[in-house]
Amino acid sequence: MIKTGAQILWECLEREGVSCVFGYPGGAILPAYDALKYSNIHHVLVRHEQGAAHMADGYARASGRFGVAVATSGPGATNMVTGIATAMMDSSPIVCITGQVGSKLIGSDAFQETDITGITLPITKHNYLVTRASDLAATIREAIYVACSGRPGPVLVDITKDAQQSSCEFNWEATKLQIPGYRPDLSPAPKEYEQALELIHNAQRPVILLGHGAIVSGAIREVRHLAERAAIPVALTLLGLGALPASHPLNLGMMGMHGEAWVNHAIQEADLLIALGMRFDDRVTGNLKTYAPTAKKIHVEIDPAEINKNVKVDVALVGDLRAVLHELLPRIESLDHSEWLDFIDRLKGDSAVRDIQNLLDNGHLYAAHVINDLWRETRDSKTVIVTDVGQHQMWEAQYYKHEEPGSLITSGGLGTMGFALPAAIGAKVARPETEVWVVAGDGGFQMTMSELATIVQENLKINIAIINNGYLGMVRQWQEFFYERNYQATPLLNPDFAKIAAAYGIRNATVTERSQVVPAVQSARQHKGPVLINFQVEQEDTVYPMVAAGSSLHEMIRRPNPIVETATDE
Amino acid sequence: MLNTFVVYVENKPGVLTRVASLFRRRAFNIDSLTVGRTEKPEVSRMTITVDADRDQARRIEANLYKLVNVLLVENITMEPAIVRDLAMIKVSATHEGRSRVLELASVFRARVVDVAPESLIIEITGGEDKIDGLLEVLRPYGVLEMVRTGIVAMRRGNKCTSVALATNAVERLATDDDVSYSV
Repeated sequence: MIKTGAQILWECLEREGVSCVFGYPGGAILPAYDALKYSNIHHVLVRHEQGAAHMADGYARASGRFGVAVATSGPGATNMVTGIATAMMDSSPIVCITGQVGSKLIGSDAFQETDITGITLPITKHNYLVTRASDLAATIREAIYVACSGRPGPVLVDITKDAQQSSCEFNWEATKLQIPGYRPDLSPAPKEYEQALELIHNAQRPVILLGHGAIVSGAIREVRHLAERAAIPVALTLLGLGALPASHPLNLGMMGMHGEAWVNHAIQEADLLIALGMRFDDRVTGNLKTYAPTAKKIHVEIDPAEINKNVKVDVALVGDLRAVLHELLPRIESLDHSEWLDFIDRLKGDSAVRDIQNLLDNGHLYAAHVINDLWRETRDSKTVIVTDVGQHQMWEAQYYKHEEPGSLITSGGLGTMGFALPAAIGAKVARPETEVWVVAGDGGFQMTMSELATIVQENLKINIAIINNGYLGMVRQWQEFFYERNYQATPLLNPDFAKIAAAYGIRNATVTERSQVVPAVQSARQHKGPVLINFQVEQEDTVYPMVAAGSSLHEMIRRPNPIVETATDE
Repeated sequence: MLNTFVVYVENKPGVLTRVASLFRRRAFNIDSLTVGRTEKPEVSRMTITVDADRDQARRIEANLYKLVNVLLVENITMEPAIVRDLAMIKVSATHEGRSRVLELASVFRARVVDVAPESLIIEITGGEDKIDGLLEVLRPYGVLEMVRTGIVAMRRGNKCTSVALATNAVERLATDDDVSYSV
């Protein structure tokens, strides 16, 4: 059947199961938009193309499938760059469709021409420039396959205007994948399994390091079985939170820069680290020279390029985590590490006393209080929390006890401020029945708050909690610790966020005291439409504990006891 | 240590950029990179030399494989291989020096491919050391211009690599008979 490139584009996406895309039109992508009328795909109009990429990302993470973002050439395409890099760092499968000037104009500096395949080369898993309609079907199919298979990631397809406009024979069934060099399905050798089993069975002080790979691979049950059968405590990365329920007795909590002291100490004291679907990010290891000095290391990872990148390991099992654990589990003996678990328990020491959750209301509203109260209110309803980047993100990771995989969506690797609001839109579109909360700082929120309009236009029930401390809080914290409290460019003069929400017709509230937190949360949950709550929290509050960048993992700046260190008290 | 990689890639636009960009992005320094056609029109073959230790070399290999257009990577550093570089050297050859330059060229089994009143172009093929050697002995006569292709490499013996695109598979064809002789 003869179809235009534009029609082929939408039909291919539909056949691949796409029901919704996030995009913004413009000259070079107009033929595609014109052909939308023949398609059943729902188009969400964003307010900035960065938002489209983040929405596709949020959609992918919430649904476990892939998200699609659409933009025009030139500025439309370059605006997506931050969103693409975010998806790359966090292995999120998104397919970005961009319009390109006509193939005969390429290289002529035509209006709104930019070399987007060149620009996104290092931040995509792969990208394509399509100049002929007849190449489109195979390319779209390939792009989706590459994005979703192996270690997932963003793929960009740049389509010239003439490729969208011209027509060709379209036969979906005859469209074949032609990627002979692409091998996403690696698996370990039998000998490597033997070596791993020997290390696991001989370890006295093992720790599992659990990462995002467990969620991506769908290995939740397998990981839990491994931990339980071999009685191995589990430390999680930021993106791994939820992969083992926070309430599970073997769950130690988040490791790394803002991990609890006992978690990091356990890693440093361990004689075996079993890294599952994580990549030893510098925020997780601290100083590599002193990292887990007495531990042997097993690395189960789908991407062979991650092996021995940061941390040299003794055994590498390269393959899909779920498949590897399926092979491993039947051969794991039931083990007892009660001595080791008791030791870790004693490491907790007075941590509970220092914990802000156990402090009485002293008139100050701490961000941690807000997070903790939000968790208490929403814990039973499988809520998805989407966080931005900064102090609030770390407090959320510490005080919101995630029980379900995928219940936290956040920008980990790239640390993209402005991620939360658009990513939450993507998550809500993917899972309309799920309660979705944005938790964002006052700085990051303002980077993409134009997407409030998208929420209203799409009539999405999203709750937004702004943790407003009037600072770029995490940067301020670094200035406090490492730059002699020289608060350059971190104080923020903010708009009245309630009025901003009101201007969009979004219900709003401002909270300044602890006693108002729970009522505000409850009221927001009961309201049918979107709600924005501006939590005006303690201004110079600090995320504890903290491993300074470059320090050893066990050298932590601990919470003061009891926590009273605030600007007003000094 | 200098590592030599043989990399088979799909013969498509932009593949060279992808490979080069990978080395830049991961901060590996390319010493030499050559690319050309193979016996199959849809496949190109690169020879890349990089200064890297063993772990780095393994990571380079793994990262190359992550490029969708890369079909096969072989690190032949430790294997017996024929390694060749080609140079053209334009050397000043005035009346009195000319015969000695021609003599040196002949000792190095190089060929004179262009003769002008004041200069010669000498073409030499060989390992990098051999070319460096000729260059050194020619220097006193005045090297006016030089160009080198960078090295290409191929494993000795019957061991060979076949990249079968049609079946979406990459095969290594090797026999046990791995004896070969320099000729």
